[in-house]
Amino acid sequence: MNLYAILFWFFSIAMLLCGALVIFNRNPVTSAMFLILLFFFMAGLFVLLEAFFLAAIQVLVYAGAVMVLFLFVIMLLDIKATSRRQFNLLALVGGLAVAAAFVWELALILSQPMQPLATGTADLHGSLDQVVKPLFTNYMLPFEVTALLLLVAMIGVVLLSKKDLK
Amino acid sequence: MITLNDYLWVSGLLFALGITGVVLRRNVLVIYMALEMNLNAANLALVAFSKFNRIVDGQVLVFFIIAIAAAEVAVGLAIIVALFRRKQTVNVDELTSMRL
Repeated sequence: MNLYAILFWFFSIAMLLCGALVIFNRNPVTSAMFLILLFFFMAGLFVLLEAFFLAAIQVLVYAGAVMVLFLFVIMLLDIKATSRRQFNLLALVGGLAVAAAFVWELALILSQPMQPLATGTADLHGSLDQVVKPLFTNYMLPFEVTALLLLVAMIGVVLLSKKDLK
Repeated sequence: MITLNDYLWVSGLLFALGITGVVLRRNVLVIYMALEMNLNAANLALVAFSKFNRIVDGQVLVFFIIAIAAAEVAVGLAIIVALFRRKQTVNVDELTSMRL
């Protein structure tokens, strides 16, 4: 049991525990905090997969910007924690049925080991230039379209925040 | 020896937790947080495939997904705030009409 395996199991089990605590928690601020912790464990898994640039981006953008925005909105709307456990039995049974069906399908697919692609020959070390170089050569069009999408999102947010939306 | 299948199991279980959260919870912000968990599960699957197939395109796609998810969260939270200003609730059982 080498260090890689120990770290992998630690990060994976901690991440899944945090995920369970996100959804089974009455206070939305506590859910947001556990989601931030989940993003940090996910960044740890990215580092284990030698995607170092993406691990840094994950912490910066997801844990650092997206969750801060979530917490701003939770504080702004002043959501109270649900006082008692509201048990919607139909929702619970439905959710667990969907999750069970998905896990069963996953077990069917992952019963055999995945074969690696024959065309993969890159010497991946996950650094900045290796990930970003296709961004400016092969994926130039999605790059520009994403920039346009960010502009549109910003306009949309400013418009939706107006006092009266008529 | 950690194989690709182990990473895909973790990604699939995280995705299953995400969809359980979306179906189970009544608070629209917690539903949105479970959706972010779904996106992260997909990101993990992509990076794992990129590493084990020795292609870099999976990581490039994850870069795009993170950028687009950030934009989507901004717009979605603006919608939730506008809805809250109208209906004064975040319980998804009461947000039942399409009219703002």
